[in-house]
Amino acid sequence: MTDWHPEVERTARGIRLRVFEHVLRNGEGYLSQALSSAEIFALLYGPVLTLGPVDGPTLPAPFEGVPGTDNDRYRSGGRFNGAPAPDRDRFIFSPAHYALVLYAALIEVGRLDEEALLDFNVDGSTLEMIGAEHSPGVETTTGSLAQALSQAAGIAMGRRMKGETGATWVMMSDGEFEEGQTWEALSFASYQGLDRLKVVVDANAQQCDGRIESVANIEPLADRITAFGCEARDVDGHDLDALHEAMTADSDRPVVVIARTNPTQGVPIFEDKAPLLHTLRFSSDDEKARYEAAYRQMAEAH
Amino acid sequence: MEIVTRPHVQNFIDWSADKPEVLVLSADLTNSCEVGRWRDTYPDRFISAGMAEQNMMGVAAGLAREGFQPWIHTFAVFIYRRPYDQLAMSIAYPNLPVRFVGFLPGIVTPGGVTHQAIEDVAIMRATPNMTILETGDATEVESVLDVAAAVDGPVYIRMLRGALPRLFPTDEPMVLGRSRLLREGAAATVLTAGIATEEAMRAGAALADAGIEITHVHVSTHKPFGDEIIEEVLQRGQGPVLTLENHSIIGGLGSAVSEYVTDRGIGRKVVRLGLKDTYAHGASKAHLLREYGLDAAALVHAIERELEVELGIDEATLDAAEIGPVGVNAESL
Repeated sequence: MTDWHPEVERTARGIRLRVFEHVLRNGEGYLSQALSSAEIFALLYGPVLTLGPVDGPTLPAPFEGVPGTDNDRYRSGGRFNGAPAPDRDRFIFSPAHYALVLYAALIEVGRLDEEALLDFNVDGSTLEMIGAEHSPGVETTTGSLAQALSQAAGIAMGRRMKGETGATWVMMSDGEFEEGQTWEALSFASYQGLDRLKVVVDANAQQCDGRIESVANIEPLADRITAFGCEARDVDGHDLDALHEAMTADSDRPVVVIARTNPTQGVPIFEDKAPLLHTLRFSSDDEKARYEAAYRQMAEAH
Repeated sequence: MEIVTRPHVQNFIDWSADKPEVLVLSADLTNSCEVGRWRDTYPDRFISAGMAEQNMMGVAAGLAREGFQPWIHTFAVFIYRRPYDQLAMSIAYPNLPVRFVGFLPGIVTPGGVTHQAIEDVAIMRATPNMTILETGDATEVESVLDVAAAVDGPVYIRMLRGALPRLFPTDEPMVLGRSRLLREGAAATVLTAGIATEEAMRAGAALADAGIEITHVHVSTHKPFGDEIIEEVLQRGQGPVLTLENHSIIGGLGSAVSEYVTDRGIGRKVVRLGLKDTYAHGASKAHLLREYGLDAAALVHAIERELEVELGIDEATLDAAEIGPVGVNAESL
């Protein structure tokens, strides 16, 4: 087996750069999510997930309407993760506010045409700011947070009933552990013994109002998850080897990998904005110039 | 009138025998929703979700995406109230074939306000992609399964349990988008659904004995609403239109009929009988129907008011009225 490190490191850097570039071009955007979760997405779309090739063109079609009996033109954004197959994995994306990171990751691994990102948040495009299931890489509609895990549990259960061997993966954000549905879902998954259900959480300790500890308390997260009958693995989310090991080691229980991450990883000047890191906005031209300099430095190192 | 005891129990077991894709999801109300024997017959297809309806909706969505047909069995209130966001976003938006079998519609239960689904049709009618069916007797409880199973998308069913009248012949099953014309007359046009139909059948018989002939239509498809019989009786019927429903008068059958009439510029008054924008409380079905004006007597009195007559029909007369089974096309239009 070839060493996955160089490619995963390149993908992670590429995700940060691409999102950073996009935020600079737009004057604002979801940067902290990319900085915290770049390694998670790079590993998922690298050595962790077993996916088929993109099912169709890598350039998405314009918005074709919502799902419904009368709409035969509708296509799921899940096609960018490849057609489902019994022995392949499924990827269910939970925090729809991370859509920009997901699109960037898909581009970095060659699943999405990089031109598509020019249509991000443009009227009539499927690359919506908060993605829905027509958006590239998105199979379920989860902008109302914490609904993906239950759906993934249903998918994992259905796949088990059909004798499929592939895993069903969910990428979550830590704020979703404030919703009761998450705990219902973990309770259900452990009670039903869904050992092919895997979760990775970007635990960047940030949510819309600021630092999680200033909004609510979800800790001790690993202990809580363990108490619900699942296996929690608490690791440094920027340590590729530790994260890879946590995501791939076998278990006879549903696994939740808590990836402890830094929302300013790679862009230290962003720390000045703490605790409001949910979106980056520039307060002056001078400030924007400093971020542009930081971007050029990152790009040169890439 | 024939009374059938718990028709759903064995009928659903028999119906499911050759349908391996049919699953049942239950949230700790398995026997209460008449699927205890189903669980014992098909243990591998029964999923106990526990008292966790939000998660149950998502699990049903995931199973539907994998090609299964989940039939959620629980009380109606626990389908559309607590987990509505999950129902809308995880199931209705993607148009997944999940069947919601909602028990205790309206005020049929002494369980009180927490158990009485009085605005479910209103909420489900406002939910895109949703098909809404309501059962009115044993024949419809038995035949609603085929109707729901054939729909490409989510279906909400107002289901009845326990001892049920057989108002309609067994060889005239429920059909999607086909109302039943039960009585014809020029004095008024009455549309009813669910258990209100039995009440209106009593009223119609008693009114006929008093010389007042009404048209009576039973509706089992709330959404999509409208069919040839509804078109005929609303466009060409005479007298006032009255609706009687086991539901709030806001958003249910009365609203659907009112919308139908205004959308087409039909110049007829619509009188909506049902719960008048109020919650109810725990008491017997008969008591609640009388207290809130959902019974045969309430319909008779409303028709008396509209026609400005006094017929002196008493409750004993209504209770003794001979009804059913009445065929879909018992009389020609």
